[in-house]
Amino acid sequence: MSFEDWYRQDRLPHIYCAGCGNGTVINCTLAAVDQMGWKKEDTVFVSGIGCSSRAPGYILTDSLHTTHGRALAFATGVRLANPDLKVVVFTGDGDLAAIGGNHFIHACRRNIDLTVVCMNNQIYGMTGGQGSPTTPIGCLSSTTPYGCAEMPFDLCELATAAGANYVSRWTSYHVKELEKAVKAGLETPGFSFIEVLVQCPTAFGRRNKFRQVADHVEYLRTHSLLSVKRDRMLEKGEKIPEDMFVVGELTRRNRPALGVKRA
Amino acid sequence: MTRTEFWQGNTACAEGALAAGCTFFGGYPITPSTEIAEHMAAKLPKKGGVFIQMEDEIASMASIIGASWTGARTMTATSGPGFSLMMENIGFAAMTETPCVVVNVQRGGPSTGQPTMSAQGDMMQARFGSHGDYAIIALCPSNVQEMYELTVKAFNLADQYRVPVFLMADETIGHMREKILIPDMVGRINRKPLVPGTLPFKADADLIPGFGKFGTGQHVHVTGLTHDERGYPCATNPKLHFALVQRLVDKIENARDDMADYDIINPDASQVFIAYGAPVRTVQQVMHDNRDRDIGFLRIRLVWPFPEKALAAFKKARHFFVPEMNLGQIAREIERHVRVPVISIPKLGGELHTPAELIAALEVHP
Repeated sequence: MSFEDWYRQDRLPHIYCAGCGNGTVINCTLAAVDQMGWKKEDTVFVSGIGCSSRAPGYILTDSLHTTHGRALAFATGVRLANPDLKVVVFTGDGDLAAIGGNHFIHACRRNIDLTVVCMNNQIYGMTGGQGSPTTPIGCLSSTTPYGCAEMPFDLCELATAAGANYVSRWTSYHVKELEKAVKAGLETPGFSFIEVLVQCPTAFGRRNKFRQVADHVEYLRTHSLLSVKRDRMLEKGEKIPEDMFVVGELTRRNRPALGVKRA
Repeated sequence: MTRTEFWQGNTACAEGALAAGCTFFGGYPITPSTEIAEHMAAKLPKKGGVFIQMEDEIASMASIIGASWTGARTMTATSGPGFSLMMENIGFAAMTETPCVVVNVQRGGPSTGQPTMSAQGDMMQARFGSHGDYAIIALCPSNVQEMYELTVKAFNLADQYRVPVFLMADETIGHMREKILIPDMVGRINRKPLVPGTLPFKADADLIPGFGKFGTGQHVHVTGLTHDERGYPCATNPKLHFALVQRLVDKIENARDDMADYDIINPDASQVFIAYGAPVRTVQQVMHDNRDRDIGFLRIRLVWPFPEKALAAFKKARHFFVPEMNLGQIAREIERHVRVPVISIPKLGGELHTPAELIAALEVHP
């Protein structure tokens, strides 16, 4: 099997805009799930509301497309009620960090055995480009027309501080790394969180001087700082450039976890 | 064979849930319902079930819906403020036809109101609280025995009709202790399973689709968006949306006679009480103390969908008297169905009506 075998062919075409990064993330996630040897009948995809959350509707498994921000609470119910089912959650920055922020930190605290893939496009795509909790300072959106004045969340630091067993960040440029990170998340008992920075040409790029999709992907590539490199720079006392973000495996540990199926 | 217990209403509710085969409880502490969660926390793990205290009532409601899709019988318990938070996902459960049971041990509102006092102020919220058109089922116990029996019934109705079912109790019934007879076993009506090869949201003649439990290889997509019979989003098709919402309402409203649960007492009376929940007890006291008076009584256990046909049994009624611990929420529903005057007897503040208050109403409207 390959990742393509996991798609609901009768649901195509999809709703994503030309140049959207979400398809890359879904492909990588399904490739990782496929490599795990999981069966379709044992796998459940859960999501909330937003562009990212439409993903489960295109996947040929049982799937639950829920209310805005609540995917992790629904997924907690599925996982605890039937630990034989493997549960993967797709979410976005607005869904997870704004309206779903409380569910996010509590799912991390419980360290419940879920794998959560967050497509962070730093904006509300589906509603047409409003500022989100991860919109960078100064960036334009339809609700930050003079530049975002609020500090963004670092979702990975949040997940780590709240107790997740596995945390990594990549971008839609890093497809091989992302695939491996999702697989590591699927393999790790407890709460696994993979943040993926994705381009959103329609709502974000258009307003923020990424005239071409490739410009945004190139920005994500050139502004990614590998966590190992960051660590080396810190050791040498070098300053981390403010416009860079750290990618790589950020947390891996084995805290007590909820919902782990006993062998 | 039955056994006798002396239980609090909330304990009876939790025991009823366990007897009905509830295996998943997701909840959040709130007075005056907390004893239900505490009882489930103690008992469920020993029976192989799952108790989880969620971060709020939004998450509690979400968790029991998620768990329900694995085939489990699931429940949460709350009171007014939590019930308000649950409305979002109650609408999701109605739209996705997810069986689940929500217990609301009502207290005085609005807002934080009277946490330790009794009320029936959430009866309309139970029916209409989430956005959009839909239908649900609501049951109202008036004693500890009914806390047990109607909880069992709530699970059966939820599975039969694939709908959230509310046990609309109140602080009085939740916290009072009474003798209760526990049967050895209770009846069970299971969800109609999805026949392999049929569409997961294609309804049968009873307007209810078969349930495609997760983990059975049927690849069911569940969404709160307007969806077609395959379960696929189809949110801009006006005819499809109309037909879907009409079916969600009709599957409950059309079955109101099948699921009706009420007692008609002294149907030839000219003065007739209609009550549900705690005020039933005051009406019973009035009838007990005034056997010489010509008093009729419609005692309703299943309030939504409202059993309007029962009203026709009282052909000689000159007035219907409706004592409620709210400002007349169900009295207005009754007014829609009858031509004689409906006398609302509201009581707020957290105390039951006294028999004297009901007698006074009878005197004013002879």
